[in-house]
Amino acid sequence: MKLENPIDDCQVSCAEKDGNDLLLSISGSLSLPNLLSVKSRFQSIMSERNPGKITLDLADITYVDSAGVLSLLQLELNAARKSIPVYFVNVSAEARNIMDLIDRSTVLDKSTPVEKNELTPFEQVGEASLKVAEDFTSITIFLGDLLLALSQALLHPAGIRWKDFFFYVKRAGVDGLPIVALLSFLLGLIIAFMSSLQLKQFGANVYVASLVGFGMVRELGPILTAIIIAGRSGSAFAAEIGTMKVNEEVDALVTMGFNPTRFLALPKVLAAMLVVPILTLYSDVFGILGGLMVGVMGFDLTAFSYLQQTVKSIDIFDVVTSLVKSVLFAVLIAGIGCQRGFRVKGGAESVGLYTTSAVVAGLFLIIIADSLFAIILYYVH
Amino acid sequence: MKPGTRSIIDVDNLTASYGENVIFRDVSFQVFKGEILVILGGSGCGKSTLLKHMFGLNRPASGRVLINGIDVSTNDENELAHLRRNIGVLFQSGALFGSMTLAENVSLPLETYTDLPLEMIERIVRMKLSLVGLAGYENYLPSELSGGMKKRAGLARAMALDPTVLFFDEPSAGLDPITSAGLDNLMKKINRGLGTTMVVVTHELDSIFSIADRVIMLDKDSKSIIATGDPRDLKESSQDPRVRNFFLRNPEGK
Repeated sequence: MKLENPIDDCQVSCAEKDGNDLLLSISGSLSLPNLLSVKSRFQSIMSERNPGKITLDLADITYVDSAGVLSLLQLELNAARKSIPVYFVNVSAEARNIMDLIDRSTVLDKSTPVEKNELTPFEQVGEASLKVAEDFTSITIFLGDLLLALSQALLHPAGIRWKDFFFYVKRAGVDGLPIVALLSFLLGLIIAFMSSLQLKQFGANVYVASLVGFGMVRELGPILTAIIIAGRSGSAFAAEIGTMKVNEEVDALVTMGFNPTRFLALPKVLAAMLVVPILTLYSDVFGILGGLMVGVMGFDLTAFSYLQQTVKSIDIFDVVTSLVKSVLFAVLIAGIGCQRGFRVKGGAESVGLYTTSAVVAGLFLIIIADSLFAIILYYVH
Repeated sequence: MKPGTRSIIDVDNLTASYGENVIFRDVSFQVFKGEILVILGGSGCGKSTLLKHMFGLNRPASGRVLINGIDVSTNDENELAHLRRNIGVLFQSGALFGSMTLAENVSLPLETYTDLPLEMIERIVRMKLSLVGLAGYENYLPSELSGGMKKRAGLARAMALDPTVLFFDEPSAGLDPITSAGLDNLMKKINRGLGTTMVVVTHELDSIFSIADRVIMLDKDSKSIIATGDPRDLKESSQDPRVRNFFLRNPEGK
């Protein structure tokens, strides 16, 4: 919604006074909403009349604000450039006060130039490399800090903030269960449908169970859970610690002699290490249930034969490795979430930036770790 | 300009509450055109709450606040636009947008609410910044400024549309005495020069005596205004021990 003046508008009337002396009488409200019309009126008068001298009569002004006075000063300046003298008459006390308040030199000067430091491609590459190196250093330092805190926690479990630990177990684990369960169920359902399209051609419907079971336990369960936790909890950790950083709460911890990593990051990482494997198991189960539903309702398999086929296809070794993998994912997600939180500097914008970064980096690390696992397991098996 | 006697803000039997908890009850007073009114009182007496009700951030439980005859909790878009154009608020820590430079912070309302060409807006922004003593800081980010400068920049933004009323929430909080006195002088200069009416919440005694034309004092226990008037008179001759204790920095009960 644009401004309009409720009271009245501003009139500029113009009269010649002996020769090319110009008398401009301004009446009404010389204020921000009328500024545009007043300014263009001034401009047209200046160009049409080409006066030798301007007298501004301000007697009939009912209201004036600083923007209005600015327009008068600008007229004076423009006139001065053409060496036309400008005189103000009948200046009210209000207008006089405002004129005194405005520092003409700073207002009418050329604007301060914006310092642009555009980098050459060479510098950009250097900048980016430095950033990556710095990022790597800070992650390494944080990781060392975290491992130290973890080992100390193992030696002195009483030093762990158990209250925080259980809070995050509930936040990341219990509260996250419904969404993990739902998505896993639907994923199992989808895999069952997709694979049955192919397997039906060979009359091998029962192998749907093997595919869903094997796929969920080996890869999809851990990955899906990790992705959901990265989105739900990794981001939350980063935002929480980041906001504490902005509020100087982290500095307060340091001055009180607490190690922020141990105080803030450790309970979160430990909680994630506990709940992510459990959620992964749930995810496996719900994925298999999704497949079961399709198998029983769509392909005339009995629940018993479906489950039997599932059990046959899953190795206990697969279950254990997938749990080990999910513990690693948990450390990566929670660790990177906290690390990004600690890097927040400045204000709200920075919190947003590092929260985003926590999720993106978390997902990236999950996929990298998963690929490494796949390669290692291939040789181990 | 001498403060007039025409009221610009009318607070009418205002009651504020958060849920069941009543902060103050049936508060009525007026703010006159061109004056600096200071709202004072001990912590938790509802000073900031009252201020938030006055510029329409909080809705009253009952009663109303009129600025230039417009109810601040109106739902009429047109009236609200006029109201917003006529008031400016300086928040406690400036509340500048951290991702924008000072010039962008100040020009935001100008670009949104006026059709002025960019070059004109730039000029107005420069004028406002030089008015608060920040000429040359156009391209600085708020994070590059000290606390006092942030407040002054916040004031420049609050004044962008030449409001007739300015609200200040604890302008001297967190500032050193010299910066704080500088801000007081700036407020007085703007008040005298532009004739802007000001409503200030503060409990800095020095500030109160240097800027206030009039004060109203709220009290936590009686949930109402217990004193109105010139702070010097109140300090000298108030009969109410709560008022005297406040001005003499006496902890209660002594």
